[in-house]
Parts: sequence; structure tokens; C-alpha cells
Amino acid sequence: MLEGTLIYGFINSVILMLVALGFSVTFGISGVANFAYGALYVMTGYLSWLGLHALGLPYWIAAPAAVAITAGVAALIYWFILLRVRGLVVSEVIATFGVGLAILELFRYLGFIGFEYTLPPIIDASVMIGDTYVDAQRLCIVATGILLAAFLWFFTHYTKTGLAFRGIAQDERTALTLGINGDKVAALSVAFGAGYGALAALVILPLGTIAVNEGYNVLVNALAVCIVGGLGSTVGIIVASFLIGFAQILTATYLETSWMMLVSLVAILAILVLKPSGLFGHQKQLEERI
Amino acid sequence: MAQRKERIDRGIKVRSDDVFVLTSWREMLYLAAPRVVPVVALFVLGLVAGPYWERVLISTCMFALLAISWDLLNSAGMVSLGQALFFGVGAYIAGTLNHYLGLPPGLTIPIATIGGGVLCTVALLPVLRLRGIYFAMVTLILPMMIERVIEATKIFGGTEGISGLSTLGNPHLEFWLAAVMVFVALFGFRRMMGSDYGLLLKGINDNDRAVMSAGMNIYHYKAQALFMSSSVGAFAGAFMTHAYQFVGMPVFALDYSMIPIASVAVGGMGTLAGPMLGSFILVPLSELLRGLGGLRVVIYAVILVVFTVGLPEGIFHYLSRKYNQFERWVGVER
Repeated sequence: MLEGTLIYGFINSVILMLVALGFSVTFGISGVANFAYGALYVMTGYLSWLGLHALGLPYWIAAPAAVAITAGVAALIYWFILLRVRGLVVSEVIATFGVGLAILELFRYLGFIGFEYTLPPIIDASVMIGDTYVDAQRLCIVATGILLAAFLWFFTHYTKTGLAFRGIAQDERTALTLGINGDKVAALSVAFGAGYGALAALVILPLGTIAVNEGYNVLVNALAVCIVGGLGSTVGIIVASFLIGFAQILTATYLETSWMMLVSLVAILAILVLKPSGLFGHQKQLEERI
Repeated sequence: MAQRKERIDRGIKVRSDDVFVLTSWREMLYLAAPRVVPVVALFVLGLVAGPYWERVLISTCMFALLAISWDLLNSAGMVSLGQALFFGVGAYIAGTLNHYLGLPPGLTIPIATIGGGVLCTVALLPVLRLRGIYFAMVTLILPMMIERVIEATKIFGGTEGISGLSTLGNPHLEFWLAAVMVFVALFGFRRMMGSDYGLLLKGINDNDRAVMSAGMNIYHYKAQALFMSSSVGAFAGAFMTHAYQFVGMPVFALDYSMIPIASVAVGGMGTLAGPMLGSFILVPLSELLRGLGGLRVVIYAVILVVFTVGLPEGIFHYLSRKYNQFERWVGVER
């Protein structure tokens, strides 16, 4: 019982981290609000489903194509919508949230609801860890999560593009004087974040069906992890996703499953009241509160 | 040759701004028309509309109130993504008082208005020091949380809600009350924003540190603005509860947060009249589109995005500029 809780808590935390990584690339590290993130996440699922079933493509074409299209759409959203309201944070949030709403509700309207919308698992097997059954897909998620998190940390600390991502969040004008084109970097970071989200969707969605409402849940979870961890901190994201992930599994085990979603909401609220810059965040600590 | 557009106030506007407005009927009409015409138009619409469209007008008025309360809050530097919180709290107070204690609407609505305002203000007091997007996120999350709590604990009827509440009686009375309340809120708050007190609230929005350094306790004023705004929202919720004779989880739904924001985006923020104009465009439009079912939300979202990106000033600012100023192209020296 305890062992199972620990293992599933760990896996749930990694799922949360995977979901939050892409959002944090855009929102946390580059300071661009992309609230269409949940919609893009779900869109990847539907796109690869369409590729597999409507076009009959093999998995190794359909899945990468879906990731590429999602990243492309994100870049277009930046170029045609976000760019025009850049700097007006509230307008950024409202505009991207509107885009996400439109995408999600369009899928709902087109009738993409049901049990047939599932993605195939990458490895179809299961393993015993101690006394608990764990299917290989969940192990695959853990591997992907560790890989992507490590790559993100490396990318944002040791590559020029990654450093530019962090640069425009800290001070866009200073970044400009150092030869960083803020608009291009921000567009790239939106696309990069969406691509990360798309990869997460490909490994996580096979666990259940692809559902429209998942888009909203993903957004809330990603937001929770990013805010609790602190904007712009990869370590913060990992710690926060483990905190929230274990809290969720413990709530589901000892209370009820319906309380699970409440955990991330309470976490956001508590951290905003107590320490608005998050556990590990240092950016804009002074500006966000007086 | 390069040209730029020059905007100059019309002569009649300049004269009407001063005591010279009393010189002729034309100037007085110029000032009165934009204020009187909407009032008359709404009441005439209420008289000619059938029972169905009268209901639509009532809900339009309530959305207008929500949009006005959003704009009021925004004028004091607080961006809310959760007017549903105010709406829902008011709705549940009125609903439970009516259902469990059997109080008539004449009592429940005022109690819900004041009580909802107090409750929301107290709930948001700890986060008043947050600004911008952080405050917005708290307000976005609170209604979602309350929804989940009601779902999980099954209090106040749980997912089923409470139905069979008493009505205000006469549907015409409902409409008149709604319309009068909208205009009271609109003109009252517009007047308030024009006073010194309103200037202070706007100052908090523009630069809160400057207001602080002038020796004002901004949290004091922010709490007052929050109370006014949430009372208006709670009134709308309580009124709708009695109009639909039902209160349930949908009162915390995203609709009640998004439609006011969409109205503000369409109408133009900072004027209180713009949001009202926006909701009088959007809510009837959404009734006309009812046949489209789920596509309605998509259209809403697209309108929201198009206006936020394409016409950020909103319809009201655009119209008032055309009304008050004329434009001409003038050459620019390079």
C-alpha cells in the first residue's frame, strides 16, 4: 500500500513536471504568457490521432509531425496575436486564453469526445517493482521526464538561445543592447515550449483518452507548478511538481479522487498569499508586491 | 510626402465643456443625447420586446452590471479574471436564504448584495498587495475552487443545486428593476470616478507607489473599490438566482468571468459605459447564435481575441472620438 503510493506518487510528480516544463519555458523562463498551452497540448493528441487513424500514417511519422505542427501553430499564435499585445500582460493573458478556448471548444464542437480517441502506448508491457504492477508506459514517462528536464537545464544554462530566453525575461532592453532580438527569441520560446508540451502529450496521453477538458486541467496544473516553484527556476519546477504530485496522490488515497484537482488550486492560492515569487523564484520579487 | 492624422476637438465640444453649454439648445442636446438616448432606447426595447426577449434583456442587464463592476475594479488597479466569484457568492447567499429560511426576494437580494460584497472583500483582503497578473490568477482560481468544494462536499444541493426558489413576481417588474439598476450603477459610478475619490482610485491604477508616497493608504482604498465592485457583482448574482429560480454550480462557471471581460474588450475599458455597450452587443448576439450550440463559445473566444488585438481601445472610445473630434491629414516634415 505505502510502496504503491510512493511509486505512483513519484510517477504522478513526473507527469506534472513534464506538463509544466513546456509552460515554464514560455511563461517562467522567457516571461511570455501562453495560456493556450493546454489547448496546444490536447491538440497534439488529436493531431497524432488523426494522423494515425484518418490518414493511416505509421506512428513514427504521425507523432513527430504532430509535434512539429503544434510548435508551428504556437509560433503563428505568437507572430499574429501575442506580438501585437506584447508588454500588456493582461491583454497577453486574455488573448492567448481566448485562442486556447477557441481551439478546445472547436474540438468539442467537432465531436472529438469518446473512448475511441486514444493514442497507442510506446511500449506495451508491465513490470513488477516490489509488489506493485507498473506498466512500461509509466516508466517511459519517467525516463522522458528526466531526459527533458535535464536537457532543459542544460539548454537554458549552456546554449546561446537558452541564455537569450532567460535574458529577455530579466530585461528585454538590456538584452536588445546585447544583440538579442526579443521578438524572435520570444517566438522561438513559445514554439519551443509548445513543442515540449507536445512531447509530454505524446507520452502521457496513452494513459487515458484524449479529452477536451484535459486542456483546462493541464493549464491549471502547469500554472500551479510554475507559480509554486517560482518563475524562471528549473529546480523550482522539479521540487514543486514533487510537492504537488505527492500531495495529489495522498489526497486521492486518503480522501477522495474528486479532491485531487483542488490540491493544485490550493497550492497556487497559498503560495500567492505567502510568497508570491514562489519557492525558488528570484525574478521580479520586488515588483510583484510592495 | 509623409502624412499624419491630426485630431482636433470639435467647436461644439469645447463650448459644451464650459458654461457656454447654456447658450443654445444645440449644445445642450449635444451633451444630453449620448446620455438620454441609451436610457430611452433600453426602456422602449423593454416595452416592445416579447416575453422571450425581455428575459434576454434582463440577463443582458446583469452581464452589463458584471462588466461595469469589472471595469470599476480595473480602474482601481485590480485585474480580475473571476467575476464569477462575486456573481456566485451573491447567487448562493440569495438562494440559500430563500430556500432554507424562506426569506422573500425583497430581503434576500439586499442581504446578498451587502453580504456578498463583505464576504468577497474579506476573502480577497490577504491578496490585495498582489498586482497585475498575480491578483488575476487568484481571482481566476477562487471560483474554480469553490466549485470543486461544492462538488466534493455536496453542500447547498451539491451538483444538483437548489431549484424552486421564489420569483420577483411580475416579469415586467423584473425588467424595470434590472434596467434601473444598470443605469444607477453606470451613472453613479461614472460620477464617482469623476470626483477626487475616483481620481485617487485611478491613481492607484496608474502608479500605486506615487499614491503611497503621497501619504495615502492604498490598501484602504483598494478594499473599498473591491467592496463596491463585488457588491455589484453579488447583486447581479442574487437577481439572476431569483429570475431563474435556481442556484447551482453553474453560477461559478467560466462564462460569468469571460463574458464581462469580453464585453470590456469589445466596449473599451476605463469608461464604465464601454463595458455596458459591449455586453449589450455580445449577450443578445449570443442569444441569436444559440442554434449553433458549442460553436458559440468558439465565436466568443474569436471575438475576444480579435478585439483585444485589432481594436484594443474598444468601440466606445472609437465612437466617442468620432463624436467629439474631427480628423484631418496633415503633412509632416521629414
